[in-house]
Amino acid sequence: MTGSVLHSVLLLVSLGGIAAIVLYFVSKKFYVYEDPLIAEIDEILPGANCAGCGSPGCKSFAEKLVTTEDISDLFCPVGGNDVMKLVAETLGKEVAEKDPTVAVLLCQGSCEVRPKTTEYQGPRTCAISALVYGGETDCQYGCLGDGDCVKVCDFDAMYMDETTGLPVIITDKCTSCEACVKACPRDILEMRPKQKRDLKIFVGCLNEDKAGIAKKACAVACIGCSKCDDICPKDAIIMTDNLAYIDPLLCTLCRKCVPVCPTNSIIETNFPPPKEKKVVDKKKTEKKKVDKKTPIVEPVNEKTDA
Amino acid sequence: MKKRMLKTFSIGGIHPKENKLTSSKKIRRLPTPKLVNVPIAQHIGIPAEIIVERKDKVIIGQIIAKSGGFVSSNIHSPVAGTVTKLDKIIDSSGYKTQCIVIRTDAKNPANFEEIEYPLKSEISLTPKEILTHINDAGIVGLGGATFPSHVKLAIKEGVKIDHLIINGIECEPYLTADHRLMLEKYEEIIVGIEILLFALNIDKAIIGIENNKKDAIKVLNKAAQNHPKIQVAALKVKYPQGSEKQLISALLNREVPKNGLPLDVGVIVHNVGTIFAIYEAIQHNKPLIERVVTVTGKNIKNASNFWVKIGTPIKDLIAEVGGLPEGTRKLVNGGPMMGKAIKNTEVPVTKGTSGILVISEEDASRGKAENCIRCGECVFVCPMGLEPHLLMNLAEKGFYEKAGYEDIMTCIECGSCSYVCPSHRPLLDYIRFGKSIIKKLSTSKN
Repeated sequence: MTGSVLHSVLLLVSLGGIAAIVLYFVSKKFYVYEDPLIAEIDEILPGANCAGCGSPGCKSFAEKLVTTEDISDLFCPVGGNDVMKLVAETLGKEVAEKDPTVAVLLCQGSCEVRPKTTEYQGPRTCAISALVYGGETDCQYGCLGDGDCVKVCDFDAMYMDETTGLPVIITDKCTSCEACVKACPRDILEMRPKQKRDLKIFVGCLNEDKAGIAKKACAVACIGCSKCDDICPKDAIIMTDNLAYIDPLLCTLCRKCVPVCPTNSIIETNFPPPKEKKVVDKKKTEKKKVDKKTPIVEPVNEKTDA
Repeated sequence: MKKRMLKTFSIGGIHPKENKLTSSKKIRRLPTPKLVNVPIAQHIGIPAEIIVERKDKVIIGQIIAKSGGFVSSNIHSPVAGTVTKLDKIIDSSGYKTQCIVIRTDAKNPANFEEIEYPLKSEISLTPKEILTHINDAGIVGLGGATFPSHVKLAIKEGVKIDHLIINGIECEPYLTADHRLMLEKYEEIIVGIEILLFALNIDKAIIGIENNKKDAIKVLNKAAQNHPKIQVAALKVKYPQGSEKQLISALLNREVPKNGLPLDVGVIVHNVGTIFAIYEAIQHNKPLIERVVTVTGKNIKNASNFWVKIGTPIKDLIAEVGGLPEGTRKLVNGGPMMGKAIKNTEVPVTKGTSGILVISEEDASRGKAENCIRCGECVFVCPMGLEPHLLMNLAEKGFYEKAGYEDIMTCIECGSCSYVCPSHRPLLDYIRFGKSIIKKLSTSKN
């Protein structure tokens, strides 16, 4: 009895010993050297594995950062300048500094302003919709409303607004990984610089059709009237193919273009409520009141003056 | 007497309800439209280049857009009139494409006379001249794929072709355009085949016709009696027999290699409509400016076949058959299996429009997609021997490379899998999507 127990114990111990020796030599033989820096950099990176940098994950990006000599064109959009600074310090290399960006939706075509003219019963993904037909509305440039961008967002920074049928971006959560930009078959998501207090002015439309056709398809479409271009003091507005585009680098956020747009297709975000406008309105109403009351009196005054 | 089994292709296939409502309706000529919108991309390949300007006067058959390369085709003016604008108009793809809009000159009698050409059977041109004529006349495959015909006929030296196959299958339900053409223009079609046989120096031609068109088989058999090179073959009714690869398999029992062309097995396939267009181009110098279109649907009273000028808005066709019936849900450009739903009735008829199908409320809706129950029906009916359920899953989950290994690119998009799926899964939608992504990936790699 004791003999058999002893036997089995001895057998297992010796087996373990042999395996340990074999494994030791194998691991020596097939040892792959990995730069300890890679692990260190991987620690610094956010670990979101969002692929916003172009690499499939944070580990491979860390490898890329360590192995490539000039890393000035590599950037982690999620970590931003802070993380890249740390990376630069650890590696002793120079990195580029980038202004933080945020995704914006260049379409305001909600169910109310952009009527549906057709109905599609196939699978609800934007990619297939864009492939087989021009979308349920008459606008072939705008949002398809099937939410491919929301599905790819790893950071819960987007959701579909059910009343408007458009995706909404929560700017605080957006890490500018550009996953949504890549997923959108219509290219209606754009990365724009995150200004101070997240102030932004942009044209919320990509419709290149002529004014009449664009307006018929969508009430808030840019009709290419160039009114914003005329009023802009900094020439930040570029007109191409019946469409205005505001260059974020030139725009000084003066907001002069917003009220002149006849179709309200210029969007301003996070600006304080327009105080000036109220003042202007008051003046206007006062003037009007005066106008109404004085027409008979005024000419008399003039005559007496003369 | 023992009934002989009719030939058909070996794997897969379905037999949807035929619904050939218009097979006894003679082809009528549609009144010349007031306005035509002629798209410049009516064929597979490079779009044609516009060579007219606004306010230009054009005559019937004048080239208005010139072929933009080898795989491209000329486009001719279908009417005499004035170019009013060069605009973008929604076509059957659902997107706006560049069109040439021509207003018909109401005073020009050429627009309204119906020319019936007498049969001309002597071939006076040399083979080379015939091929350049076909190129000049802007002839494309009229079966629906709209592949430029001169590309198909430009055979490289050393390639041996032994059979010319004429596709008179018309396996799509509802459509009868080819059927009527075979019944009414059989003599011309025989001459057209002789022209091609002469131009390509081939000894054998087979006209493949499905057995549900017995009258066409009879008529063509009679017409081909004095033409020893031409043979008529009746085939079992099965969808998608009208596809090139399936037809070759059915008639000659040869398999076109994957990613290959019928040329690889020594065959050229042409649709009967194309043959008739070639006949008119060679014998009467008439470019491709009109085609036969079936306008049909269960609730359409005057459903019929029409000779329609290219560029005619579909609303003119609808008006001719008595307007859209109540409860219409869908308008399809083409047949119910492979046709595309169109967005509005302004869409013009193009070289590839073989029919306009009006579908009512009850037939239009798609069933709700359920989970795959692994019944294997899609695998059973796939004429290309693929596994549609697997391809759909791979495309849906983004494994495009793997889908490529599973030969997603050989799919002919016949829709048999989606037709039979008891769970109403959108198989073809995803396969088509996967194919488009793989195509994009391969072009970006190159």
